[in-house]
Parts: sequence; C-alpha cells; structure tokens
Amino acid sequence: MRLSRRAVLLTSGTAVSLVLTGCVGAKDSGAKANPSANASAKDVTLVISANDVAGGKNAAEAAWITDSVIPGFVAAQKAKGVTAKVTFNGSGVEDEQYKTKLELNLKTGSGADVFAADGIWLGELASAGYVKPLDDVVGAPAKSWDGWQQISKAVQQNLAFKDQLYGIPNGTDGRVLYFNKSLFSKAGLPADWQPKSWADIISAGQALKKLPGVNPIQINAGVPMGEATSAQGFLPLLAGTGQPLYNDSEAKWQGATEGVKDVLKFYQQVYGSGLGDKRVQQDKAGRDQSFADFSKGKIGILAEGDYFWRSVICPSKKDCGTTSMANRNDVVGWAKIPAMTPGKGVNGQDFVSVSGGSGWLLSPKTKYPQQAWELMAFMASKDMQTALSKAQIRISARADVNDATLTNDPLLSFISKEVLPITTYRPSDEKYNEVSLAIQEATGKVVTGTSPDEAAKAYQASLQKAVGAEHVSGG
Amino acid sequence: MPSTSPEAEVAPVAAAPVPARPGPAAPDGDVVGLGRGRAMVFVAPALVLVGVFLVFPAVWTIYLGLLDYSLTGSAAKAPTFVGLGNYVTALGDPAFTRSLYLTLLYVGFSAVVGQNVLGFLLAWFFRTTHAVVRNVLNVLVLLAWILPGSVVAFLWQALLDRRDGTLNAILGTTDYAWAIDHPMAVIIVFNIWRGTAFSMLLYAAAINTVPRSHLEVARMAGARPWQQLRDVVLPTVKRHVLTNTLLITLWTFNDFSPYLLTGGGPDNQSEILPVYIYKEAIIGGHLGYGSAISLLLLVANLVIAVAYIRLLRTRSHDEATA
Amino acid sequence: MSAAASAAPVRSSARTLAPARTVATRSLVYAGVCVLVVFFALPLLWLVLTPFSPAPSYRATLSGFTLDNMAKLFDNPQTWPSIRNSLVLAIGSSVLVIALAALAAYALSRVRIPGRDQLLYALLLLSSIVTGTAAMVPIFLMLFQIGLIDRQVGVVLVLSGGLLPAAVFMLKDFVDSIPRSYEESARVFGASPSQILRHIVLPVIRPGMATVGVWALVQVWGNFLVPYVLLSDPAKQPAAVVMYTFYDAGGQPNFALISTFALVYSVPVVVLYLVVNRRYGFAFQGGIKG
Repeated sequence: MRLSRRAVLLTSGTAVSLVLTGCVGAKDSGAKANPSANASAKDVTLVISANDVAGGKNAAEAAWITDSVIPGFVAAQKAKGVTAKVTFNGSGVEDEQYKTKLELNLKTGSGADVFAADGIWLGELASAGYVKPLDDVVGAPAKSWDGWQQISKAVQQNLAFKDQLYGIPNGTDGRVLYFNKSLFSKAGLPADWQPKSWADIISAGQALKKLPGVNPIQINAGVPMGEATSAQGFLPLLAGTGQPLYNDSEAKWQGATEGVKDVLKFYQQVYGSGLGDKRVQQDKAGRDQSFADFSKGKIGILAEGDYFWRSVICPSKKDCGTTSMANRNDVVGWAKIPAMTPGKGVNGQDFVSVSGGSGWLLSPKTKYPQQAWELMAFMASKDMQTALSKAQIRISARADVNDATLTNDPLLSFISKEVLPITTYRPSDEKYNEVSLAIQEATGKVVTGTSPDEAAKAYQASLQKAVGAEHVSGG
Repeated sequence: MPSTSPEAEVAPVAAAPVPARPGPAAPDGDVVGLGRGRAMVFVAPALVLVGVFLVFPAVWTIYLGLLDYSLTGSAAKAPTFVGLGNYVTALGDPAFTRSLYLTLLYVGFSAVVGQNVLGFLLAWFFRTTHAVVRNVLNVLVLLAWILPGSVVAFLWQALLDRRDGTLNAILGTTDYAWAIDHPMAVIIVFNIWRGTAFSMLLYAAAINTVPRSHLEVARMAGARPWQQLRDVVLPTVKRHVLTNTLLITLWTFNDFSPYLLTGGGPDNQSEILPVYIYKEAIIGGHLGYGSAISLLLLVANLVIAVAYIRLLRTRSHDEATA
Repeated sequence: MSAAASAAPVRSSARTLAPARTVATRSLVYAGVCVLVVFFALPLLWLVLTPFSPAPSYRATLSGFTLDNMAKLFDNPQTWPSIRNSLVLAIGSSVLVIALAALAAYALSRVRIPGRDQLLYALLLLSSIVTGTAAMVPIFLMLFQIGLIDRQVGVVLVLSGGLLPAAVFMLKDFVDSIPRSYEESARVFGASPSQILRHIVLPVIRPGMATVGVWALVQVWGNFLVPYVLLSDPAKQPAAVVMYTFYDAGGQPNFALISTFALVYSVPVVVLYLVVNRRYGFAFQGGIKG
C-alpha cells in the first residue's frame, strides 16, 4: 500500500488546501443585496422552479405556470417596453430531494430567481443565509404591495421568520377529522358528528369497532408516514392540550411535558386497544394504504388535510385513480378536531387545527430583484390565483379569491371559514425538521407497544440531542 | 448457436484475478514493447478523470467528515471544525453500531453467501442442462440484474404489498406484511434476486477456463460430478471466488436499494449503513456526520478486503507447499 | 466456445451408473430449478401484466387487456425526451468508461507499474464514497466551479469517474487471462506495437469491453440522484428521474403511468444488452483456454 498511500496523501493534501481556500461554507460576505440592481433593464431573464412537472406531480400547477403565469407576465412586461424571458424548471420528485437540490442551487447562487418552498423549510433556509427578507432583497415595492391586504396575518406567518417576511404564500390548508357516514349510521352514530373531546373520538371508535372489517380510527403515527405524522396527528393533538410545540419567547421546544405525554397516551388508547391498524403506521406505503382503506369504506375516522378531500377521494376516477369515491359528497363527513377537553386547546379554544402551505420565495442572488418580485406579485395576483384555483381547486392565500372560488366546495369553504380562524402553524425554526423526526419516532414507538412515558423519555433525549438541552422544556 | 447460451455471457474476469498480488510481481509481461512511458500515457486519461471526478470529491467528502457541516440551517453558514468529533459520536451511538451489525448481516447473507453460492450453482448447473431450461432461467436471472433500480423497487413493492401483493395472493396469506414482520429477510432475499446474475456470469466464464482435458481425465477415472467439482473445478476457480466476493461485498455494502423496500424500518430494523447515511446526511441535514460514516463504511470494506486477501494468500501458500 | 458446446453431450452420457439415484437426483435438481424459475419470475409478473390492466394497482392480475395506459403514456410530454436523455447519458458514459478502462487495463496488465494493484483497490474503495449520498455536495460544488452544472457532459464525467475503477479492475483481470504468446508471436513476425494493439489485442479483449460496457450502461441507466441534482433543465432529465414524477403531491402513485413507463423504460436496456451479447458474447473464451 506504499504508493497508494502516498498518492492518497498527496491528493488529499491538494484537495484539503483547495477546500480550505474557500469552497466549503457559504461565502456569506455579508454584502447587502442591492434591490435596485438592473431595475431598469430592458431585457430580463428569469427562471421559476417548483416541485411540479407537466405530465407528473402537481401537473395542474405546472400547467398554470407555463400556460398562464409566464405568457401573462411576459405580456405585462412588454406593455412596459421590457422584453422578459421566463423559463420554468419543474421537478417532480420527493420533497426531500427537491429541497436538497434547491439548497445546493441557493448555496451557489445558480438556481432559479423565483422558487417554491414549503413554509416549514423557511427557518433552515433563512438560518443558512440562503434567503433574505423581502425588505432587503426587494425593498419598498414589497412593503407597499396591495395584495397583502387580502392575505391574513396568520397565513403570512407561514412565510415569515423572526418577524420578517421572506415570500408570498401560495395557499394554505387545514386539518379536520373525516368520517364515513354510512359506517357511522351502522354503528348508531350521528351523521353530523362533532366530537367535543378526545374521549368522544375514542367512544365513537369503540362503537365502530363492533362493525366487522372496519378500522375505527386512523391517526397517523410513526416514521414511515413522515411529516404527515406530525402535521395530521401529533401536532393537532398537542394543540389540543394547550401549549404550542415551540415557545417563541422562551425559545423552548416541548419535551416530555404533560401535554406531550397526554398526546402519546391518546395514541396508546387508539393503537393499544385495537381502535387503529398498527400495521398501517409501520408500512412504508402506510399512508397510501390508509387512503385506499378509507375510500373502500374500511376506516371510520381519519385525520387528514384538505389535500385528502380534493386529491385523494375526489369523485373523479381520472383525477384520483383507485382511491376516488364516486359518492364522496354523500358518504364522507367532516368535523373539527376537538381539544383534549373543551377549552383546553391553545388560547383556551374548544377546537384546534394545524395548517401549512408553500409559497414563492426569491433568490437573494437574483440579477433582477425588482422584476423577480414583480413576477412573484403577478403570480399572487387575484387573476392568477383565480386561474390556479380553476385548474385545481384549493384554498388560496387570498381572501378575495377564496370568496369567489370556494363556494361550490363545502369542505374547502368549511375549512376556510371555520378552521383557519382557529388553526395553528408549525414553527419556522430551523430545527423543526429534526424535532418532527423525533415526534415521528415517539409516536411510532407507542404504536408498537412502548409505554407513553418511556416514549416520552426517548423523545426528550432525541430532542435534547437535536436542539440542545437548554431549548427543551419538561422532562 | 443460441445467443443466450450461458457460456456466451462474457464474464468480467477470466483468470488469475489478484487484487493485491503478494510477493514480487510476475516477470515483465510487456511483450508488445509498450514501455513504461507509453504505459503511463495509456493509464493517464483514466487516472485524470478518476482523479478529478472521484478522488477529489471523495477526499473532500472525507474532509467534510471533520466538520460540523450541514447543507441547511446555521451550521451551513459557518461550519466549525470538530476534528474526530463525528467519529466519536458515531462510535458511541447505538444506532450506528446496530446499523453496522445489520449491514454485516445483509452483506454476509445476501452477497457473500447468497449471490455467491447461487451464482456458482447456476453456472455449474448450466454446463449440463437442457438449452431451453438454461435459457429461460438465464434470461430471468439477467433481467433481475439489468432492470433499472426504480423499476425493480416498484416490482418488489407490488410483490410484497400487504393488501394487493402477488405473494399474498399466491400463498393465500391475506394481509400479511412481509416487509414489516421480516424486514431483514426481505432485503436479503431481494438482494439475492437482484444481484446473483453478476456472480453467475463470472463463474460461468471461470468454469469455462477449467481445461476440458482435466475434467475428462476425472470423468474417466469415475469421478462423480460433485467430485469433479471439488477436485478439478474449485481449485481452478478459487481466485475468481475472491474477485467476485470482493466486488459484490463492496457493492452490497453501498447498496441503497433496500431503502426503497422497507425505508429502513420498521423501527430501524433494516437500517443498513447506506440508509443510515441517507437519513443523517440528507433527511437530517448532518452532512459532516454522514461523510464521517461514509469513511467508516470504507474502512469496514477495507478490513474485509484485507481479510479476504489474507485468506487467499494463505491458501496459495498452502498450495505451494503442498 | 467448443468447450461449452461439447460439454453437455459428453457429460450426460457419462451418467451411466446407478440409474435410480440419477433419477432421484435429477428430479431434485429440476424441483430446484422450478423453484428458482418461480423465484426469479414472480416479481417480473407485475411488469408484464399491469401496463395492460384496465385498473392498474399493486395487484398483478390478468383482468382484461387494454392499451389505454400506453396511450396515456405516449401522450405524456416527458416520456420520449427522457428516454432519449437516458440514452445520451448511458451511451456517453459507457463509451468513455470502455475506452479509458481498456487503455488503462491493458497497460496495467502488461507493464509493471509499482503499486498498481493497491492503487486500483484504493480507487475502488473511494468510488464507494463518491457513489454515496454524502458526496453529492462536494460533487455539486465542484461542477459548479468548473461550469458543468446543468450540462449532460458533467453528469457523464461524474458517473464515469465513479465507474472507472471497477471497470479497470474487471478489464485488467480479463487482459491478465490472455496468453502473452499471442502478442509475442506477432512481435516475432515484426508487427509494430500499434499494429499488435489494433489487430491482436483489441479483437481479443473486445468481449470483455462489451461486458464492462453493458455493466456501465446498466449502472447509468438506473441512476437517479446524480442526474437529478446536477441537471436543472427538466428537458435534460433522464428516465430514471421521470419515473419518480408519476406520484401526486401526497406521494400517491399513478399506477397507469408508472407501470407503462416502467416497461418502456426497461426495454431499451434489455435490447441493448441482447444486442451486445449477440454481437460479442461468443468470442470470449473460444480457443484461448483449454
């Protein structure tokens, strides 16, 4: 090994010195972005990227970008005497992979000028210096945009980090409990079911358990469900115990607190007594299975976001494939998620929910900050958002658009009117991703039989490892 | 002659594969008169490409293993030098040691034993069997090897799916969750299915290098097939066994495809090292840590390779003295 | 080649002893073969049946036959460009790998260069780091610095770099097995080194090159992460990436597209394999040994 070792040493020496001369680490020179760069350019080139692709994932949004946004924007710029060339770089992969590539592009400044990102990524991106507040990148025009009046403060929060706005939300969502009305009537439960406490959910589950071949309750748990475990299961439940996951003013995450233990006990009640299907939580395709089971009338109660309603069990077989429910509007009911007991939810609420949503951000290294902002604002304009809703019905960030487009969809208008006012958003802190993973592990443990106390202890330990003991409360 | 004849499959290794030849090198074989200068010219293009696109990023990755490096969050802004900190963390983390143990199980059963033995048996069997049987089996084994990874992952999901899976349909085991109840067995069987073709091709060619006259002599002396195998074939193909085992061990160590079947679960029960690295580096964002584990993976490979080579060296020595 | 062809009749006629035992052994062997055929064929069923199923799902059934899924796939704007891109990347990489590996393998086999085996194995080990996920960041940053992001040539170079050590390793063993007497006799007859290389060495190692070429091609054909991360323009993405786009935002697979695409995506690599095998598969071994 003599020669090879020498060779390796030699190459590594060269490599390390090259690396040390400044390839690692974002070269954050601290230089302020220049909002007025190229502001009066006559030829503008912009790139949009999103995890949408024609003929694949989120095809409707991809088509909206290429068929409505780009031609519309180019025409609007032309009217001002500017020749704009806008291209769309779509992807259609898992979010983690999209995010990795996005970060690499942002790190080198080689990516798109305007890009889509999930609100829960903002903390990481901002802490890494990959994105900057609109105030810094765009300046006054972003502040005075008239669209903000249509976007509620709560929805704006989804793209805010440390009280500064980083982009424009593209939409939002909300979680509810879906239930199968025909199973409910067989079990002697009302068609207008609205549980007032967790105990009500459990007792409905016990009634449903008597039906053969039916899984009473599906509350997502475990690592294979990924973020769906946190957003659809653990976090709405935690909001029902009174305290948010992250306390901003104290900069502390909830560790093994009473609230967390209560939530884990609820999981134990569901999965420890046969009210839920353990296997579905462990299976890599578990969420798909839960969708399939619900669409076949095999699940009584299921906690999900509005995505489930519009893209999984929609009546159209063409859009929703094997999980479509032709009789959805008759068979599927929904209810707000109750707090543990009435009044115990965050802010003393009786009902709670969790919302999220993605938005459009701009690269601080864009050559054309003003024009990129104009493009973003154009995408979030009433006309464009209405066009998007037509292509694929969903809750827009804009109130004026929702008022016009959601009237025909009872669930989406229910969420926008009844759920969004009481909802909570996930913390935008950079550590959220890791905390969410700890949550998934803890719930998964309870499903497979670990006691809630023990799972809470393990959760506390992983949390301390991830964010540092000084940022964890409870235990 | 049918094109699918197994002997027609070109195997990558024909004879005397010695990854690290012990002792002095063989007498100069430069029969063409290339000379060392021209030889360097021949090697240079490959070396340059490998140097730039393999050695450089690999060394860079190893360097990242010394940093608290992340692609996101504040650690991405200012990575700090932690020296061997990542290695200390890894070696003290039960998740890592368990993952290493699972990797050894996976490599041992699926590659070193599974692919090796099945590949050899197939190659041996193909010598004498009927052409139709041989061709059918041969094509099936090869298909498993050349189909793209994402397609294969989907095929196995469809095979093992709890609700609609082909396996449950055939066995009548309704609702049986194979990947949850036997995650390690599933990924081991999967890798045998996926990778046996390589060993089969290699051994088919190796068996072909056994001089016909030797076999004939053995046969006329009344040796049964298994005796011919033991006394004539095995001694000749021994070196191929080493090359083959070395390569499939290395590849299986770095095989990420089990993730597509089990996701490392349930409860990390099938979290082999490449999956562990993916979870730490990409999902968790701890690139420095993931890089450090990559190097540990390399070291594990090196240790195993050295053990293999030692084994061969003693064997050759035995032969020489016998 | 004659070795294999003649082996079967010779050996079967040898089985004259203990007929009962032979029958038992044979039935055992054939039972084993049946098990193996089922084992290797079973997962493939889905690939053959589902693209033509009227209600494609994880279930592999023969419940009817339709070409609707195919029609959907052919209407999809991603299908053909992605296959073409895969061909560009896969053929580009395997040609590069074959050429460079053959040159290096020959020189390393025939000319004594100190430490060659150790160097080769060290590179083989390093290739395992580079093909892992953790190396993605250095690779991306490096390609960015040299201006190869969003260029297919960048992907070809990175993939070739990762494949070369194993390719040289395999080809060198192949060259090692070729008797030096071939080149020696040519030299005796006064052939120049370049003549020997072109007319003696090249034809003999061509099958080995073909094998390594197919191996490289298969590796590149299935690679997802490298092209996905290094190419920004969706029009340049290969089929391995497109295969992952047939899921909706919640991760639900679109079975009609996935099953048909899986089939269409698999066919070229199988055909290429068969072509190479038919063309070069025979020359190997024939007459060299024995």
